[in-house]
Amino acid sequence: MIMAEKQQTRAEVFLDGKYLGPTTDPESIVTEVKAKRRSGQLPDQVNVAYHKHTGEVKIVTDTGRVRRPLIVVEGGKSKLTQEHVDKIKRKEIMWDDLIKNGLIEYLDSEEEENSYIALRPENITQEHTHVELDPSIILGFSASFIPYAEFDRGDRVNYGAKMVGQSIGLFTTNFLQRTDTKSNVMVYPQQPLVQTHAHKIINYKEHPNGMNVVIALGCYEGYNIEDAVVINQSSLQRGLLWSYLYRSYEAEQKRYLGGQEDIIGVPEAGVRGYAGEDAYKHLPQDGIIDPEEKVVSEDVLIGRMSPLRFLGTMDQFITGVENIRETSVKLRYGDNGIVDRVFLSETTDGTKLIKVLVRDQKVPEIGDKLASRHGQKGIIGLIVPEEDMPFTEDGIVPDIMFNPHGIPSRMTMGKLLEIIAGKVAALSGNIVYSPIFSPTPENEIRSLLAKHGFRDDGREPMYDARTGRKLESEVLIGSCFYQKLDHLVSNKIHARSRGPVTLLTKQPTEGRSKEGGLRLGEMEKDCLIAHGAALVLKERFDSDRSTVPICSECGLVAHNDKMKNKNVCPICGNSKIIEVEMSYAFKLMLDELRSMLIYPKLMMKEE
Amino acid sequence: MSEELQTNSLIEQLPLKIREEVDKVASAKKLNKAQKEKLEVEIVKAYNESRFEPGDVIGIIAAQSISEPATQMTMRTYHFAGTAGIRVTYGLPRLIEIFDAKKELETPMMTIFLKSAHNSAEGARKFAEDIVEKYVETLVDTVSLNLGDSAVEMELTNKGRNSTVVNAINEAMKDVAGAKTRGDKIVVVAKGEIDVKELTKIKEKVMNIHITGLKGVNNAVVRREGDDWIINTIGSNLESILGMKEVDSTRTVTNDIHETATVLGIEAARNLMKMEAMKTMQEQGLDVNVRHIMLLGDIMTFGGEIKSIGRYGVAGAKTSILARAAFEETIKHLVKASLRKDSDSFTGIFENVMIGQVIPSGTGMFDLISKIGEEDSEEKEE
Repeated sequence: MIMAEKQQTRAEVFLDGKYLGPTTDPESIVTEVKAKRRSGQLPDQVNVAYHKHTGEVKIVTDTGRVRRPLIVVEGGKSKLTQEHVDKIKRKEIMWDDLIKNGLIEYLDSEEEENSYIALRPENITQEHTHVELDPSIILGFSASFIPYAEFDRGDRVNYGAKMVGQSIGLFTTNFLQRTDTKSNVMVYPQQPLVQTHAHKIINYKEHPNGMNVVIALGCYEGYNIEDAVVINQSSLQRGLLWSYLYRSYEAEQKRYLGGQEDIIGVPEAGVRGYAGEDAYKHLPQDGIIDPEEKVVSEDVLIGRMSPLRFLGTMDQFITGVENIRETSVKLRYGDNGIVDRVFLSETTDGTKLIKVLVRDQKVPEIGDKLASRHGQKGIIGLIVPEEDMPFTEDGIVPDIMFNPHGIPSRMTMGKLLEIIAGKVAALSGNIVYSPIFSPTPENEIRSLLAKHGFRDDGREPMYDARTGRKLESEVLIGSCFYQKLDHLVSNKIHARSRGPVTLLTKQPTEGRSKEGGLRLGEMEKDCLIAHGAALVLKERFDSDRSTVPICSECGLVAHNDKMKNKNVCPICGNSKIIEVEMSYAFKLMLDELRSMLIYPKLMMKEE
Repeated sequence: MSEELQTNSLIEQLPLKIREEVDKVASAKKLNKAQKEKLEVEIVKAYNESRFEPGDVIGIIAAQSISEPATQMTMRTYHFAGTAGIRVTYGLPRLIEIFDAKKELETPMMTIFLKSAHNSAEGARKFAEDIVEKYVETLVDTVSLNLGDSAVEMELTNKGRNSTVVNAINEAMKDVAGAKTRGDKIVVVAKGEIDVKELTKIKEKVMNIHITGLKGVNNAVVRREGDDWIINTIGSNLESILGMKEVDSTRTVTNDIHETATVLGIEAARNLMKMEAMKTMQEQGLDVNVRHIMLLGDIMTFGGEIKSIGRYGVAGAKTSILARAAFEETIKHLVKASLRKDSDSFTGIFENVMIGQVIPSGTGMFDLISKIGEEDSEEKEE
């Protein structure tokens, strides 16, 4: 019988991806590195991993790895004991001491592969190498702000976390000193009535991102169909979910070769590209707009004139108005607002730098996107005067009517719990803390609500304000934290009939900022074909229609001789030229084919 | 009288199924002759109204009608088909497989119906066992090498098979080794002096000897459907299975379109393609009218062989150079056309959209031909 030779373990050792050498005892390398790191002989940023299947030992010290802290477990026991916790409470030891003593260590993705991590201390077995600090750290930054997230379906928590990132709030407290290219700041942000541990940890009060609204779950005349919400006009007038959009514009007074430099000032008539007197009406003498000036689309903020880019003939060297081009900084197309502040500064090169901050007030309007923290987003479908919104027996009128059809299929129970908990918080004046995996229980909230004299499920009888009649069923009404997301209609609304075209194809430009057209795309084209609407299709694709002179002999593009006012073919000299109507893009393609040395001959047929 | 004749002839033009249904309804509702005639007139009118008109773009309508539901198909590939326990390609991957006319299927399958004599639980089970491809390895319980006798010793799970296996081994290994039974064991003795390495090679060869079953059939599962006992197989061998006496060859099918085309012919392949595509869509709860898939089936098979929908099949066979160049491999088509001095007659839709002309379909399909005064020298590129 054949005996299998005992295979000797052999592994290659790498340090930051560089090959160090082979080893026959990879396990001991790993244990040694780990021991030295835990005892402080090696820096705590070192991670080590042994990949058995590839036979590689990887020691990593690179920058930019994502690492996370875990409690070290040895022999089935957590190294962090109650004793340590008490000491931390007494502030005798700090976080750094825990790391120095090897109680807590940071793992990167490589070393995680070699680890067996228990979720909770009570789950630790002999095989475990680490235990999580807390189960809640499975959530990322944004997701940890979702209350009752464990009652929502996983995907909703995901969506919710994504939308927390898009919400408008106080992203920084020094926004008045900053000149971000674009930033949104909420006017009256609040802290939520229902909070998680994360709100405490990150000092959330300094960076709130939404407002608490009174929400009723009910339909309203179909205006909250398909995830839309109906919003109370009076609430808006009281400042609900208002925000400012700040945009900064900058201009530099550049110096050029030959001693020329930009001129900051009001451009005179005659300058190349002069936009007309009207465009410069806001500019004072110095060419820089004053604060609190009202500006609209394409108004000039900073007047500037530059020398010509390419100097050709001699007379272009003479400095005169006609040899200066206009390079003013204008407000973006479609924007408007009020100049908030003007910064004058210098760049590191010593040139003059001007920054203008423009603010625009954004009162919620129909089409603005709102979202609660449970992946429940929707746009405002209707703004209703307060006197037409339903009210409760206490005279409470909701800020938002949320369509109950959004609940069953999405199963966001967390939102319902938040509404009830928010109601309790509003009634008691105390914030409800509900960290993930150890929430304030539902029955506790219910009994608190009952204590305040309400039905414990949060439902109340309501009255239709327009008829005065009691609504047939009781309505769930409570308080929920709502965010205004950075998708405001006023920044997106766009339409065009005629407008600019691109130079190359003569087709309309693309995008709102360039006053572009809306593309009738490939699939839309197919729909017109499928309907047999041949002439509609031709009309829609007429944007780059042009008449091209074609030589009847050689079938190539001829040209118009302006001197003789006659069409001639440059190839064969033929003068029998036929004007053909085609899309300019096709003419361009013919040109490109010729540049590929392909002869695209157009053959004409009399019809 | 003449009107009556006309109606009769009109209803005659309708498909048999509709006429039968009209008769059924007429007798069920006890319609008299005049009432029935009135019904027939209405039916003919409705039938004609629902037909396509000249100039309707059925190709794009079919394409949209299939591809829009297909976008809703889940990308989930595998699905355990209930009790059968057979893993099959489902959903979008299968649909792509059909339309791309893939030669090698991910899961070739047969659905075998049995003749009434064998249509029983016992008969089906026995037949299923028989057709599954079996090698020595699959029958063997234990194998060991006897270095002293330079022999391979093995024990089968089913001792009754010993003689069949011995015969098969002797047949295949004639020159190298001889097999015989010794007690319950089968012993394969190598001829001549031999070392360990060669003996293991012999062992491997022996293990791979084909004993029974049809080539390519890896697994077979029996299933009951109404009165029928159906055998589902993984792996397909239509030609051999249709030749077997137990099989009801009128109902037995494979899911391999190419195999069907070679064994049963192109019409059968077209039908199979239609059935498979419909089945795939319906499994996902998508409702597509058969006619759209029938059109695709026609296009894929009308040349007598199966063409895929794509660059090397239907789309590559377009007559217009520009339409082909706009689809895929732009440069290849343009260069080839210029080398061969090809011309594009601008009769298709795509080319005319490109140059901004009225497309020759729908309302643009027809021209008004009239001569008023001098002829316009309108142009048309060719």
